[in-house]
Amino acid sequence: MSVMKFFFAVYPYICLTVFVVGSWIRYDNQQYTWKTDSSQLLSKSGMLLASNFFHIGILSIFLGHFAGLVLPHGLWLGLGINDLAHQWIAIIAGAVFGTMCLIGGVMLWSRRMFNPRIRAAGRKNDAFVISWLMVTLLLGLATLPFSIGHANKGDPAVMMALADWVKSILLLNPQPELLENVDPIFRAHIFFGLTVFLIFPFTRLVHILTAPFSYLGRAYQIVRTKRA
Amino acid sequence: MKIRAQFAMVFNLDKCIGCHTCSVTCKNVWTNRKGVEYVWFNNVESKPGIGYPKEWENQEKWKGGWTKLNGKLELKAGGRLKKLVQIFSNPNLPQIDDYYEPFTFDYARLQNAPLSEAAPTARPVSQITGEKMDKVTWGPNWEDDLAGEFASRSRDQNFANVQKEMFKQFENTFHMYLPRICNHCMNPACVASCPSGALYKREEDGIVLADQDRCRGWRMCISGCPYKKVFFNWESSKAEKCIGCYPRVENGMPTVCSESCVGRIRYNGIILYDADKVLQAASTDNEQDLYQAHLDMFVDPFDPKVIEQAKKDGISADWILAAQKSPIYKMAVQWKIAFPLHPEYRTLPMIWYVPPLSPVQSQIDQKNLPTESDGVIPKAEAMRLPVKYLANLLTAGKEQPIVDALNRMIAMRSYQRSVHVEGKADLRPLNAVGMSEEMAKEMYRYLAIANYEDRFVIPTSKEEMRLEDYYGFQGQAGFTFGSDASTGISPNALFPQRRKDTVESRQMAPLAESTHDASGEHY
Repeated sequence: MSVMKFFFAVYPYICLTVFVVGSWIRYDNQQYTWKTDSSQLLSKSGMLLASNFFHIGILSIFLGHFAGLVLPHGLWLGLGINDLAHQWIAIIAGAVFGTMCLIGGVMLWSRRMFNPRIRAAGRKNDAFVISWLMVTLLLGLATLPFSIGHANKGDPAVMMALADWVKSILLLNPQPELLENVDPIFRAHIFFGLTVFLIFPFTRLVHILTAPFSYLGRAYQIVRTKRA
Repeated sequence: MKIRAQFAMVFNLDKCIGCHTCSVTCKNVWTNRKGVEYVWFNNVESKPGIGYPKEWENQEKWKGGWTKLNGKLELKAGGRLKKLVQIFSNPNLPQIDDYYEPFTFDYARLQNAPLSEAAPTARPVSQITGEKMDKVTWGPNWEDDLAGEFASRSRDQNFANVQKEMFKQFENTFHMYLPRICNHCMNPACVASCPSGALYKREEDGIVLADQDRCRGWRMCISGCPYKKVFFNWESSKAEKCIGCYPRVENGMPTVCSESCVGRIRYNGIILYDADKVLQAASTDNEQDLYQAHLDMFVDPFDPKVIEQAKKDGISADWILAAQKSPIYKMAVQWKIAFPLHPEYRTLPMIWYVPPLSPVQSQIDQKNLPTESDGVIPKAEAMRLPVKYLANLLTAGKEQPIVDALNRMIAMRSYQRSVHVEGKADLRPLNAVGMSEEMAKEMYRYLAIANYEDRFVIPTSKEEMRLEDYYGFQGQAGFTFGSDASTGISPNALFPQRRKDTVESRQMAPLAESTHDASGEHY
């Protein structure tokens, strides 16, 4: 099996399987560990900017990837967004939210590394996951010059190849060869990004899956009864 | 009408000597763990003072509790949407330094230090970082017995509308203790603030708990509680709070803090209330009317209609009996000498306080104070503690209920003094406040003698009746193979359920005559 085949035809399925099954097992058996692991109590300074920038940035980036790579191509064409416009939207949104996430993320990362309280109270796992996300983000931001180059040439082929590869994975028809002609930086970003799914169930990231939207529709008071 | 029982307490501040036994016993039982070193489910504050955490009563700063917004009851920190917007960084969350940085001391140094001229010192060590601290600058009770300068202490919110400058002078200073625990509110702001729905009130006894499995650490309850009695365990990143010692209470025992109180100031019992009135009472327009609205929620446990409804709502006969004998009902409703702490937060708190008398003995001896008819006990308005201060603490600033309560307590003392000192009952002080001799005697028994069985009237939860498979839990508390004390039944479980029903006869033995109450219901 070639390296390409392993990383872009097999590895994605390992990551996604571990993501789904691992999260499910943890949710089922380890409710107590399912939490945000907030450390705001120990050190508040700068958190208003850092945490908001990081979270809004990273969530927007995730949604952007989902919209651009997973949603059907025809949807965007139907909305009158041609491939080149699509690419420019992706570049601008990626740059804006990527920078936002970078500013917040670096603040959070340095807090985790150098704030004595956060360092002492945190776990290695926490330091690892923020570092991994930051490397993934930096690789993602590093693809921007390449994308801008493609867009300036009016050639969205690389973006289309990436989207087609993502769809090929999700449709259980992996086509690693689609990534053979894209710039290596994209492949590096993809590898780091896929690995986020792999480590997801073993980190604090799981709190995303229980984002408390149900609070919006809930009555304020909760009364539980023990009576059967 | 929907009748619910609430486990409640009264603290008689008139007898609190600030010994902190309650705090210490509570800490040793519940919060002597990593991550909650700084947490005191029970703490005793010296008043006036800013308390623990710093300035907890300043809701303009912390935005705890409820407020009226456009005529509607709303969380002071904002509604659901605002909570979610602020979820990445809660602007109202205290930092641990607002409580204090937990510390221990390098005791080993006292023995290991090399020989030296000066005595070795045990330096403080942070329990978070493990590093030596230069100086301990705040603690759980930094203002004990009015420690520190007046300028700092006088940031106490209860000085609102009090000419506080005069209390700066030593001659005019005043002091009281305020023991505080979770108020197990009827309209808890912590429950309402929790985005994941992990906090809840128990239907059976009203104890408010934080579900450790469902808590995701969104930390909105910490700031939502106006009493700052929900804490963030920085080790587990989960909310923890006073559990009302429910494992004890369910078995008819008083809470640890109450049991260990050497001054016998704590009363435990249940009180019946109309759960349909919660929203209406908490939404009362004028905050000074909240105390009365709160009182109006309680129902008379002797009223046959109430008893009938209570039984319909699943309250058993022995609980109704306990409600009739409840010291809480007597002190809060019948005698009106106990008050909720800061009713203006609109959470309908259920730890009530008997305000302290503060006579100035030397002034009385010099006949400088106006006294009651006995010439010995001073009038309520002539006490050292300004009534306005107590009113700010207990009735949102309304003075009359506090004066009336103090007068009843004074009349009881004056009457008892006549009986025990003069040897002849003087009914004039009782008549002046409209008290019967019988009530004075009973108040004396409850307040001065405070017998164990009068202080603690706690019906058991009858867990053994609730569980269908009660043998299934036998011998398992503290020793399980996961899923702890729950059956772990979830329709979406990934793995098959481990637990099967035990094979034991669950036929009840015939009940003896003596366990039947008057109504014929057995328990």
